[in-house]
Amino acid sequence: MAEAASGAHEDETTRRDFIFIAAGAAAAVGAAATVWPFIDQMNPAADTLALSTTEVDLSVVELGQQVRVLWQGKPVFVRHRTPAEIASAQRDDYATLKDPQLDSQRLLQSNGQAGRPEWLVLQASCTHLGCVPTFVEGSAFGGWFCPCHGSDYDTSGRIRRGPAPHNLYVAPYVYMNDTTIRIG
Amino acid sequence: MSGPSTYEPASGFTRWLDKRLPILRLAHDSFVAYPTPRNLNYWWTFGAMLSLCLVVQIVTGVVLAMHYVPHVEHAMDSVQRFRRDVPFGWLIQPMHAVGASMFFIAVYIHMFRGLYYGSYKAPREILWILGCVIYLLMVATAFLGYTLPWGQMSFWGATVITNLLGALPLVGESIKNWLMGGFAIDQPTLNRFFSLHYLLPFVIAGVTVLHVWALHEAGQNNPTGVDVKSKADTVPFTPHATMKDLFAVSLFLILFSVFVFYMPDALGHADNYIPANPLQTPPEIVPEWYLLPFYAILRAFDFNIGPIDSKLAGVLAMFAAIGILFLLPWLDTSRVRSMRYRPIARQFFLIFVVVCVVLGWCGGQNPGRILAKAGPFSATLTWVQGGQVVEAPVSASSEGGFDQAAAAVEQQLRGQGATLTAVRREGATQGVVRGVVGGAEQTRTVRGETADAVEAEITTVRAEVGAAAPFFIVERRVPPTFTVTNLSQVMTAYYFLFFLLILPILGLRETPGRVPDTIAKPVTDGKAQGAA
Ligand code: HEM
Ligand code: FES
Repeated sequence: MAEAASGAHEDETTRRDFIFIAAGAAAAVGAAATVWPFIDQMNPAADTLALSTTEVDLSVVELGQQVRVLWQGKPVFVRHRTPAEIASAQRDDYATLKDPQLDSQRLLQSNGQAGRPEWLVLQASCTHLGCVPTFVEGSAFGGWFCPCHGSDYDTSGRIRRGPAPHNLYVAPYVYMNDTTIRIG
Repeated sequence: MSGPSTYEPASGFTRWLDKRLPILRLAHDSFVAYPTPRNLNYWWTFGAMLSLCLVVQIVTGVVLAMHYVPHVEHAMDSVQRFRRDVPFGWLIQPMHAVGASMFFIAVYIHMFRGLYYGSYKAPREILWILGCVIYLLMVATAFLGYTLPWGQMSFWGATVITNLLGALPLVGESIKNWLMGGFAIDQPTLNRFFSLHYLLPFVIAGVTVLHVWALHEAGQNNPTGVDVKSKADTVPFTPHATMKDLFAVSLFLILFSVFVFYMPDALGHADNYIPANPLQTPPEIVPEWYLLPFYAILRAFDFNIGPIDSKLAGVLAMFAAIGILFLLPWLDTSRVRSMRYRPIARQFFLIFVVVCVVLGWCGGQNPGRILAKAGPFSATLTWVQGGQVVEAPVSASSEGGFDQAAAAVEQQLRGQGATLTAVRREGATQGVVRGVVGGAEQTRTVRGETADAVEAEITTVRAEVGAAAPFFIVERRVPPTFTVTNLSQVMTAYYFLFFLLILPILGLRETPGRVPDTIAKPVTDGKAQGAA
């Protein structure tokens, strides 16, 4: 013991070295465990997470119109597509797409069942930097246009031109009955 | 630098205090006896303005916080109430808002000063880096503060910036939600931004203490960049620097007051008086003027770089633009500090200043705006007047074989005498080819100043020809254009080349001018000393 403490064998691992490392490691773990709650408190809280579904009554949305609703604080489009919009979306399934997806894939409900072509439910945040695109009748691809940096989306919400990297994301939704959907 | 203390406590009390807490000694040594180079010019007075700005922001900010309500429903109203109904609110709120801009005007001049006179070089590297830390904190504080009034620009500016962090691979989405405290900018975001906006200025104050400490350890640089060699090179801080600083600060306050009293909203964006609406994006989203150069760098990247997509590349470049300042002391290889004696470097520096201003201009423009083009936009329409339409279905055996199958059908229609053909795909393997047989082929070319003007022309021609032609083939031609984005790209390239190429190489190759032996020599010009 005395020998170790006096450092007679310089290169040898002593009990003291072990205690230093063990104490240091315990302190580091303790510090991390103390810091973590202060970091994690900034994550979405239970009530924010609980606010996760929104119901939409489809009967009020006229043909060729859309409603914007908030889901988890984010805007969502529910669009009642006209036959012309549907036809154009299906025709463009085989056009040159930046983020190729079939229109039918974009209508899928969150339970995996097929959707209905006249109802398109999309997250209304441009996949570039999050602006809300506007539906422009007669725009280059017939669908949405983002005013922020000029991304053009088609009638299926697929990106066709501009800086956005992805199609507008589909919001997870299911049909509750014929005229109601639940988002989330 | 600061030699042995010359402080002499004058009274019994100060002698008593000096033994226990030598705070008066510190103040005396730092701000009275402290020797400053005798040749400092007015570019050296901006540090004083910055200190004033920090005090103004903290004092007005603490007052604002007494009346501000960090709630999405009440935030804007509480600011308006403060401005309209609270005694002197009309004065104090604009002081804070304008103060942020004044702070940035001063810090930019202060930083360019450092760049020009080589104040970042040994032994002032830490001093410079602490300055960069302060600047970074200022940017963060200003961004957080701008969200607090909860107007349209507040909301959408915050949305765009938090979405930028979402561009980071893997962790981006979690960091974004962690920062927002939810899945969108909302009440939790506003609350925490308020808390942090209150905190950061005090952190800035702390780092400023370190900054001034480092300054007093290394000593001030001066316009010649030559080290202080003797007492003849310096004058005491008080009264020389104190009075000069006070004079410059007075001028600065006049400018400050012009804004506060006559145009309190001139530096802000009018849209921020529209309450935040998460369902409606304003027609343009622009940050405050002092962040525009970085916004331009962000948007200059509209192309992917290998595996890095354009969005991430923009974010990385934007942070790199600030990050590179931290490395500057080691990037500039010149042994001469002041650009006064580096004639070539000085030219590049002046271009750099212009580049920063142009970047700022670009940041405020629509990125697609065309600045120059090599010709008009045009389109050629081809149609057949009075022919007969024929149609033939295409059905390919596989999805990949569609193009080949369609070409075969087109060929077949041509064989039947069709002069114009067009393919329309209607499914994975299905489609139709239409053609016109007979009739007279016509073409017409239209031109316009913009792509939209050409589209309008095309529509007119189609309406004119009308039912006489069953279908048109339109070939659009876009001239090479030079847009705001292209300009930002050129400017961004210079910004980085200046630090990464020009300064490192120039420092090794240039022949500097003759540097004076001492600071005092050019100042006193051989005349008797003490003429300061
Ligand atoms: C809150 C912000 C800041 C305050 C209050 C502040 C304050 C000061 C003061 C009082 C001085 C001495 C007077 C002068 O030389 O002008 C100084 C010097 C200096 N500051 Fe700052 N500063 C701030 C931000 C910055 C930033 C952002 C940078 C650079 C990135 C910077 C770089 C320097 C340098 C290099 C010096 C030494 C100047 C020399 O002697 O050549 N400072 N600062
Ligand atoms: S946010 Fe839509 S194009 Fe940039």
